[in-house]
Amino acid sequence: MSDSGTYLYAVASESVPVGAPGVAGTPVRTITRGGLVAYVSTVPLAEFGEEPLRHSLEDLDWLAETARAHHGVVDEVSRVPVAPVRLVTVYADDDQVAELLDRRGEEFLEVLSHVAGRREWGVKAYARQTPDPAESPMTGGDPGKPGTSYLRRRRESLRGREQARRLALARAEQIHATLSSEAVASCRHRAQDPHLSGREERMLLNGAYLVDEGRDEEFAALVGSLGGDGVDLRLTGPWAPYSFTVLEAG
Amino acid sequence: MERMTSSGPVVRQPYGVAPPGGREPANLGDILERVLDRGVVIAGDIRVNLLDIELLTIKLRLLIASVDTARELGIDWWEHDPWLSGRDRELVEENRRLRRRLAAVEGPADLDE
Repeated sequence: MSDSGTYLYAVASESVPVGAPGVAGTPVRTITRGGLVAYVSTVPLAEFGEEPLRHSLEDLDWLAETARAHHGVVDEVSRVPVAPVRLVTVYADDDQVAELLDRRGEEFLEVLSHVAGRREWGVKAYARQTPDPAESPMTGGDPGKPGTSYLRRRRESLRGREQARRLALARAEQIHATLSSEAVASCRHRAQDPHLSGREERMLLNGAYLVDEGRDEEFAALVGSLGGDGVDLRLTGPWAPYSFTVLEAG
Repeated sequence: MERMTSSGPVVRQPYGVAPPGGREPANLGDILERVLDRGVVIAGDIRVNLLDIELLTIKLRLLIASVDTARELGIDWWEHDPWLSGRDRELVEENRRLRRRLAAVEGPADLDE
């Protein structure tokens, strides 16, 4: 049994030079077959075999480093139409990858033609935090009934928060619908936890939009026009079309 | 097939001025959600396939919290804010007791439901 495997990053319709190192610092090479190019590297199974991966995927540092390297390769290849493959997809050898391209070639070509000339943009909406009036020093109310006054303020505050939450969620829906109308395709990712987003504010929307290259500026301008009024919008990209090349290739 | 040009420099930041709306660099979360949750999934003849959600660790799940999984994990803030959900029975009961006591001390008020 071999002690190395073939790690697959992405499938594209053209060959481009990749300067970025692959996962675990391995060089990236290509396997070409019938108009399709697979971007791969040779990885040691001592690190990328099933058992080691079970452990290393528990290690956030390893995961972060591997994800960044994987993304770095995909990002370079995204100069041409590309279908990124999920993290840690490892084949026994190059022949298996070539066979995949043979067998699933048509589906790959179809996916690639859908994303050609288009790029993915990420838009996140955050709700700005507003101070809770119930926590502020007492104003108004009956000075002889501080408890009753507190409960009144608390109730008003809750009503306000619930209303603010509904408004914010409706706003996110509306923003997503508006951005989707400017995009060829769109989808919503899960809202990120504050640990991951690095921001205190609640994330209301984590959208991905596939936009024609010529429409990039219009799209960015549209994003700029939709923020404000308690909602912060943040644009990321351009991304390789990760969110629009979902394909089950069995 | 429609093709993008592969020659010439790649323009990664097409705007010379700061864009409206605010651009932020891709964070680790953005990258993880894409490389782990999107893209081509290959099953079948693959030798090693660790792409199923159950193989994502609890640590990772805690970070990439979706509305659905967050609820399971108890970190969904909408659901678990007792003031908002009003579902926490102990709190509701305690609240009722406090209101009764408050009414006894300060006199009745229109705070009952």
